[in-house]
Amino acid sequence: MKPAVLTGEHFITGDVACAEGALAAGCRFFGAYPITPATEIAEHMASRLPGVGGIFIQMEDEIAAMASILGASCAGAKSMTATSGPGFSLMMENLGLGICTETPCVVVNVQRAGPSTGLPTLGAQGDMMQARWGSHGHYEIIALAPASPQEIFHQTIMAFNLSETYRLPVLIMADEVIGHLSERVIIPEASAIKTVSRPRAKGRKDRFKPFQPGPDGVAPMAIAGEGYGIHVTGLTHDEKGYPVMTAEAQAAMVGRITEKITRNLDKIIQLEEYRLDDAEVVIVSYGASARSSLAAVDEAREQGIKAGLLRLVTVWPFPEARIRELAKRAKGFVTVELNLGQVHLEVERCAGGAAPAVLVGHAGGAVITPERIIETIRSAF
Amino acid sequence: MNASTAAVAASRKEIVVTGFGGQGIILAGQILGKAASLGDHKESTLTQSYGPEARGGACSAQVIISDGSIHYPYVRKPDILACMSQGGFDKYVGTMKDGSILLVDQDLVQPGDKTKDANCFAIPATRMAEELGRKMMANIVMLGFITAVTGAVSVDAARNAVTDSVPKGTEKMNVTAFNKGFDYGEAVLKGRRKKAETGKGIAE
Repeated sequence: MKPAVLTGEHFITGDVACAEGALAAGCRFFGAYPITPATEIAEHMASRLPGVGGIFIQMEDEIAAMASILGASCAGAKSMTATSGPGFSLMMENLGLGICTETPCVVVNVQRAGPSTGLPTLGAQGDMMQARWGSHGHYEIIALAPASPQEIFHQTIMAFNLSETYRLPVLIMADEVIGHLSERVIIPEASAIKTVSRPRAKGRKDRFKPFQPGPDGVAPMAIAGEGYGIHVTGLTHDEKGYPVMTAEAQAAMVGRITEKITRNLDKIIQLEEYRLDDAEVVIVSYGASARSSLAAVDEAREQGIKAGLLRLVTVWPFPEARIRELAKRAKGFVTVELNLGQVHLEVERCAGGAAPAVLVGHAGGAVITPERIIETIRSAF
Repeated sequence: MNASTAAVAASRKEIVVTGFGGQGIILAGQILGKAASLGDHKESTLTQSYGPEARGGACSAQVIISDGSIHYPYVRKPDILACMSQGGFDKYVGTMKDGSILLVDQDLVQPGDKTKDANCFAIPATRMAEELGRKMMANIVMLGFITAVTGAVSVDAARNAVTDSVPKGTEKMNVTAFNKGFDYGEAVLKGRRKKAETGKGIAE
């Protein structure tokens, strides 16, 4: 039987690397409904999980898949699901339940072109705003965007660690290009992989308050069956977990579940900067589009254009502070994404008129070529 | 493209393998990519394009092999185009540049004018696989042929990647298929060199 951490050098797709990252992070429950281009994640988890003592369930649909990973997490397992656009839409209600009940889990969306059934086998990045606020109510979310199979391996581990640290569902907003791209992936020794587990309930079982935060704003979690008498609900609740139907309880609860993220932005947000030191034109991109952007930076530099890339490893929470800083000295911003302007709206907002921002967008179904990015830079700045 | 990009491009090989679903086109791409990455320790990417149908639809595997990092993983102008269906040939022939190497399964693809091209190489891959008892190994025969003719990956790396990638129990016959294609490729190259030396030119 293969070990949970497949240490070594592999030539695998982003989807398979994602599944291996989950196993390395300690994921032992996977509930999903297969959908292109995320099916290979489920397929790989189905073949690997039983061998490491985990559980794979193909649920009847994505509503149930999302519910299953919340339940598994409440029972103490690190859990994950993987889907694409139509399934992601179905998961939105229970995603909100996970946020409200502060249930750690990981949701992978290998984005394909929409709306609706769209282009099943072709890539896009059209669900980025849905990732931000696709479920109802006000909340904060963490969403990551991988740009290679190697990175999706690491990001899946990072997603589990963030979800366990801050107790919320963490989204991996991949895309078909990265999901189906094969590249070298190096999996380190198990001892070199840092994994984090949720803060656990301690003390008297009859006095435990499941939503009383620790000093970092995150509440220790009781696991179902441990003997703590806890109530978990999607209704607005107090520290005991019981519903309280008042504006005050609402302000306290929403305040806390948003502030545990907004007060830790420095710890959560990860960015990668490429040739940005002396850049006049700042390209902002993520996922597959960031690869086209990297090629564009090199080609633009050869043509004498001082371009650089700010690659969003974390898309949500948005790196507002860094964009504002760059806006003070940049000639302009170029957002490159496979939609017709979503993250671009945030770049524009944070640039705040200090520097112009233009979009190189595409409705999906193809990738953006480096040539198109350079043409836009030439005509805009 | 300016001079410095051309220099970068020199260490970069873009390969398209095309055919229809069920021929093992993606597996052939997978083996090439794996051989380059894990065997020859270069950078390589594999992207694939296919339709919603499981078998019979047009499909292609795009492999890029480079000494440096590969940012944009799609092929723009292939250095090597291997076609195992007429539809695949028709779709990609227009993307070839001067010096692109074309390889075809001669029983499945009529390359028209390209036949006269010095960089066009033909092999009866499917027929050879049938003679070995398994038509579905045509992709592996083609892989041996690509390796011999283009040198895109080293022969040891390719052979190891074949062994590593095919279903358990079929390694031996797949290596035989690979060797058949490789030997055929070496023989074709030798024949062409001889013709060139004897002054007959390369036109057949």
